Amino acid sequence: MSLELLVEAVVSGILLGGFYAAVSLGLSVAFGLLDVPHIAHPTLLVVGAYATYALAQLGIDPIAAGFMLMPAFFVIGVGLYRFYHALFERRGGDIALRGLAFFFGIAFIIEVVLILVFGVDQRLVEAAYIGSSVQLAGLQMPSRMLIAFALAGLLTLLLSTYLSRTFTGRAIKAVAQDQTALALMGADPVRIKQSAFGIATATCAIAGALLIIVGPVEPGMGRLYIGGTFCVAVLAGLGSMKGTLLAGLILGITESLVLTSLGTSWAPAVSFGLLLVVLAIRPSGLFGR
Amino acid sequence: MRNWSRFLIGATLSVLLALGLTRFVGNEYFFFATYVVLQFIVLATAWNILGGYGGYVNFGASAFFAVGAYCAVALTQSYALALPLQILAAALVTGLLGFAVGALTLRLRGIYFSIATVAVAVICETVIMNWSFVGGARGTTVLQPAAPAFFSSYTRLLFFVMALLALLAVAFARFVETSWIGRGLRAIRDNEEAAESVGVPTLKLKLFAATASGALMGAAGAPFALYMNFIEPTSAFSLNYSVSALAMPLIGGSANWLGPVIGAILLAGTQQIVTVTISSELNVLIVGLLLVVFVVAAPHGILGLWHKLVARGGQRP
Repeated sequence: MSLELLVEAVVSGILLGGFYAAVSLGLSVAFGLLDVPHIAHPTLLVVGAYATYALAQLGIDPIAAGFMLMPAFFVIGVGLYRFYHALFERRGGDIALRGLAFFFGIAFIIEVVLILVFGVDQRLVEAAYIGSSVQLAGLQMPSRMLIAFALAGLLTLLLSTYLSRTFTGRAIKAVAQDQTALALMGADPVRIKQSAFGIATATCAIAGALLIIVGPVEPGMGRLYIGGTFCVAVLAGLGSMKGTLLAGLILGITESLVLTSLGTSWAPAVSFGLLLVVLAIRPSGLFGR
Repeated sequence: MRNWSRFLIGATLSVLLALGLTRFVGNEYFFFATYVVLQFIVLATAWNILGGYGGYVNFGASAFFAVGAYCAVALTQSYALALPLQILAAALVTGLLGFAVGALTLRLRGIYFSIATVAVAVICETVIMNWSFVGGARGTTVLQPAAPAFFSSYTRLLFFVMALLALLAVAFARFVETSWIGRGLRAIRDNEEAAESVGVPTLKLKLFAATASGALMGAAGAPFALYMNFIEPTSAFSLNYSVSALAMPLIGGSANWLGPVIGAILLAGTQQIVTVTISSELNVLIVGLLLVVFVVAAPHGILGLWHKLVARGGQRP
């Protein structure tokens, strides 16, 4: 591989990695911090993408639409967590199996609803920055990937500041460490977890907007992102926001290098192969708590 | 002992029934549809050995199914092996794959194990996609040979073979469940550390369960290409197999060998009817709804509901 090609691959890998981090941040909170086997997370991303599409049809800019959808997604997340908590966490039992089955069921139901509402065709949005590209230091970079990267950085910064500076944020970190201790301090762990799950779901609104900005979406797309998002969340060491960004970058760069050297058909194996290696060598992730 | 003799009689009768059906049922579609139900009985029963008894949730059943199918295709392409040998070879290869997955349980528990199995499935799919000898991403056509004299069509033969496989799988699961192996696996499911400390050979049992479960799933997939006359990676590795393999025991009840059978008949049967009469999108919805409803309302499946009902009935004067 020539040096020029290598640099190009790394740069586009970094941009792709930012995008991967953005779609995985919510899972890092839901699965990493709260231990919820949230396999429906990628499907919620697709919901975010379709909601953005619906708003874009009304003439709203996709990124603005993503931000506008956040409150609604927060409420959806709170509702979903309350349901999950009442059914599984309070009852106890085999959460790994039944929780997974539950979220898989939810994902399937959402998928069919999307098909019924929007049809099976691919959908995309239009905006001035989607088709264009920027020339930087002799490298051609698509602006939509630059936007994805910038938004991923912004989201990571916001989330990690929120988690380390605010009262609720710290309580969320505390509930991940020791739920009983938190309850003894007078905070209600369920309410804290509920708002954390709400925040995790709210990130799906923006990440979903990015999803449809980066490329066309179709209802079954969530399945493709199960591997990538879980790979990033586990690689990040469960619950670290900066770790999530770094893990996204690692995945993005690896995938981009494989893409340039071996061809597109090997790309899907990259995220999962990386995940297997991480799970086998260091299950607590690279930047673990 | 009495139970085993009853089971043997039931099994013999089922074989005769299956054989009789191939002679006397005229409708070809009957065999086409029933084959799928039987295939899911094998898949669900195999899944339950590791997932239901041992508590290790394998989310990559499609990997074993498809690798079994492709194994058979590769052998047909190169050596034109007979069907039973294809099935045996497929079971051997997927048994090895199962052993490898079992080795993952050394370090991974709960959802991490499940995610690792998803990873295994996607990696297998990618390898097959890039393997041009078996058709790569485009797939390949596999022609059914002429049916042997006894069967009037090849689909009928496949139906009978799958019926035998289903019986074998169920008998094996029943053996595991009633023997010390099953007791050991249940101990692992309930508390692995405690089981280990009282002398249950946890590693051996997990490896055994994973290998056996994988081999049976591969055997279920082996005749797939012949059944479809065609195979391509996306449909062979369909998420549907992974989810069904787990949903069926959950719906039927995963503690007993009968649970996966009931679940498979119910779910696969409904899906066959729905696909023909309404649409295939509805299939996905049905699986989703049933999963949520059962996990929420009947955590121990239909058998659990039944036992509850019987227990309540027994209390009445």
